Amino acid sequence: MASDLWPGVRLHIVTGKGGTGKTTVASALALALATGGNRVLLMEVEGRQGIAQLFDVPPLPYDETRVAVAPDRGEVIAQAVDAEAAVLEYLRMFYNIKRGGTALKKIGAIDFATTIAPGLRDVLMTGKTGESVRRRENGQPVWDAVVMDAPPTGRITRFLNVNSEVGSLTRVGPIKNQADSVMRVIRSPETMVHLVTLLEEMPVQETVDGITELRESELPVGSIFINMQQPEELSDDQLSRDVPVSAAQLSSGLEAAGLPAAEPLVQALEEEGVGHAVRVRLQRRERERLESLGVPIVGLPLLDGVDLGGLYELAETIVAQAPR
Amino acid sequence: MSPTTPAPIFDVDGLLRSPDTRIIVCCGSGGVGKTTTAAAMALRAAEMGRRVVVLTIDPARRLAQSMGLNHLDNTPRAVPDIAGDGSLDAMMLDMKRTFDELVETHSDPERAAQVLENPFYQALSSSFAGTQEYMAMEKLGQLQRESEAEDLWDLIVVDTPPSRSALDFLDAPQRLGSFLDGKFIRILTGPAKGAGRGLGRVVGAGLGLAAGAVKKVLGTELLVDVSTFVQALDSIFGGFRQRADETYRILQQPGTAFVVVAAPEPDAVREATYFVDRLTEEHMPLAGLVLNRMTLPPGHGLSAEEALVAADRLEKSGEHLETAAMLRLHADSMRSSARQNHVADRFTAAHPEVAQGVVPALADDVHDMEGLREVGDLLAEDLPRTG
Ligand SMILES: Nc1ncnc2c1ncn2[C@@H]1O[C@H](COP(=O)(O)OP(=O)(O)OP(=O)(O)O)[C@@H](O)[C@H]1O
Ligand SMILES: Nc1ncnc2c1ncn2[C@@H]1O[C@H](COP(=O)(O)OP(=O)(O)OP(=O)(O)O)[C@@H](O)[C@H]1O
Ligand SMILES: [Mg+2]
Ligand SMILES: [Mg+2]
Repeated sequence: MASDLWPGVRLHIVTGKGGTGKTTVASALALALATGGNRVLLMEVEGRQGIAQLFDVPPLPYDETRVAVAPDRGEVIAQAVDAEAAVLEYLRMFYNIKRGGTALKKIGAIDFATTIAPGLRDVLMTGKTGESVRRRENGQPVWDAVVMDAPPTGRITRFLNVNSEVGSLTRVGPIKNQADSVMRVIRSPETMVHLVTLLEEMPVQETVDGITELRESELPVGSIFINMQQPEELSDDQLSRDVPVSAAQLSSGLEAAGLPAAEPLVQALEEEGVGHAVRVRLQRRERERLESLGVPIVGLPLLDGVDLGGLYELAETIVAQAPR
Repeated sequence: MSPTTPAPIFDVDGLLRSPDTRIIVCCGSGGVGKTTTAAAMALRAAEMGRRVVVLTIDPARRLAQSMGLNHLDNTPRAVPDIAGDGSLDAMMLDMKRTFDELVETHSDPERAAQVLENPFYQALSSSFAGTQEYMAMEKLGQLQRESEAEDLWDLIVVDTPPSRSALDFLDAPQRLGSFLDGKFIRILTGPAKGAGRGLGRVVGAGLGLAAGAVKKVLGTELLVDVSTFVQALDSIFGGFRQRADETYRILQQPGTAFVVVAAPEPDAVREATYFVDRLTEEHMPLAGLVLNRMTLPPGHGLSAEEALVAADRLEKSGEHLETAAMLRLHADSMRSSARQNHVADRFTAAHPEVAQGVVPALADDVHDMEGLREVGDLLAEDLPRTG
């Protein structure tokens, strides 16, 4: 069964500036997509075990591991695709090399392949993802959806495009064949790249630049997830003033609430109002820039620390706002 | 689990003013405020009368503009409108240019052109893991040599690349260096140097097989590129690793001070703790921890619970809703403040000896010289982070 969120999409790639909440949003998105009885694979490709920490489970092995159940019998299965393990699996699958692995490791070849060789690491990561999306059992796709906690915006286009670049490095052979079939998955209407951002200048700028780059490379842009939105507590009218809520208003308000309207308290609340107005104006300005891009937006609230409960809360918010 | 004694106070002005402070390195995990802190400290030191240069890495566009920087600047230029007798020069690291210049200054034009055109070099200089860190260190080394030769600056402030872990700044250059000088490269480059060495010579059960596999997997063209590249570089300067080691030593000099920046979030504070452990191991001088973007409790006693009860009461009465909204905001900041303090206390428990400074979360982002001055003032102010 396919999820009715983002209809027709089976591969969700979640990118964004470092620290904006890619791992958090990818995890919440996986829960949202699983809601209603779907099986969703959540893949980590940057080797930080962020997903395990978030779901409060032991470090993920290379194998697929169930980390959460979603409402109405859905489930989220997570996998940390470690580059080294991927290289070894790769050598086994395509070259039937079983013993060479250890030796390769000794001379630094695995290091080379996983951290330094241009794109080889990315080829492995995207290859593994493409394989998961395509995998079928009894004529059915194994996964209703695959969500990837992807590299940051600055690297995402290169990362996803690596397979088309591979063509120029290796003209024939199994790598080339695999690269081509991965590119077919990534460029198909079944794939979307989502961008996570905060309503601040730098992450918004990265999102704008990232979307331009993705579009130039004909990679499918999905939705923008605005993360950690602060609630707006003021009316437009109040926001238009320098001091949104005056000392006089606060004094009589506090009295009505039965609190002593002492000077320091009144002043502190007044200042909190001024600060809040500045932040809200900044948020709105940045939001306008995002809205001008013509990409669907999902807004997620700033939580007081993210725990498992918070993750379900974010998932619900996604279910409520996702394009269908 | 609040620690019994508060951490010592980070004497920022003492650090910036002291003629013994020659290099300040701002480290921390991604997005915590390294660039902002580096620029704010550099400006503050300049306005104390010192001659300062700041090396920034990918600053926010508006901030760069306000310091008079544009994308093409890979050399320091004067920032206008510095108060007092000091001066501030600023630059933005261009990693590819820095690498290109490194190649150009160490070889004849023909050799240089050969390297610059090599596809492997192009990939390495523009996108590889660790290149930005390597070039940041390289640039720091250059600035220091220039400064010493021509008596240009009293203080060099360096920002570090937006890597996920602060440790990358220390590790990546050497990792890249050892890789480029390493065994694997030697094996790859062996055959071109003559028969009987390199791949062909490597026998023994696993290795022969492994080398074959490498060739197969990577494709021979890439190997040829790598091998030509490494040979060309070898003759340009002796060893990447050695060069990385040399700049690394600058970081251990007594005139160097590390400032670790962290946001009051569990991940950032955990990273900061690892990083401080590491500085201690490597005998690198740590000046203090900056907790940036803290929510500070206002200086009056209304608790979050009291504020929420009062807000409820007003909302039920349907009047004074604007006061109710402010009380809710107040309750939110009290709660954030408590949670952030709890997180910061974990750092204090792990490293009670490390001085701490606090910069509150400003309502607006920091995008001009005024904003930098404000951050500098706040950092120097010794604000209490608990209520
Ligand atoms: N909606 C939210 N409300 C509050 N805190 C959040 C929210 N989303 C994320 N965070 C917090 O922000 C921090 C960064 O989130 P996360 O690790 O998901 O980001 P990331 O983009 O994956 O980071 P990295 O680039 O390091 O991989 C974490 O401490 C997380 O708990
Ligand atoms: N105390 C503060 N209050 C409000 N905003 C701040 C504060 N410190 C930094 N910022 C803002 O946070 C954003 C990130 O800061 P900055 O660029 O300094 O972080 P960084 O650690 O250098 O990030 P990166 O790892 O991406 O290089 C900027 O928009 C900056 O204006
Ligand atoms: Mg992450
Ligand atoms: Mg920065």
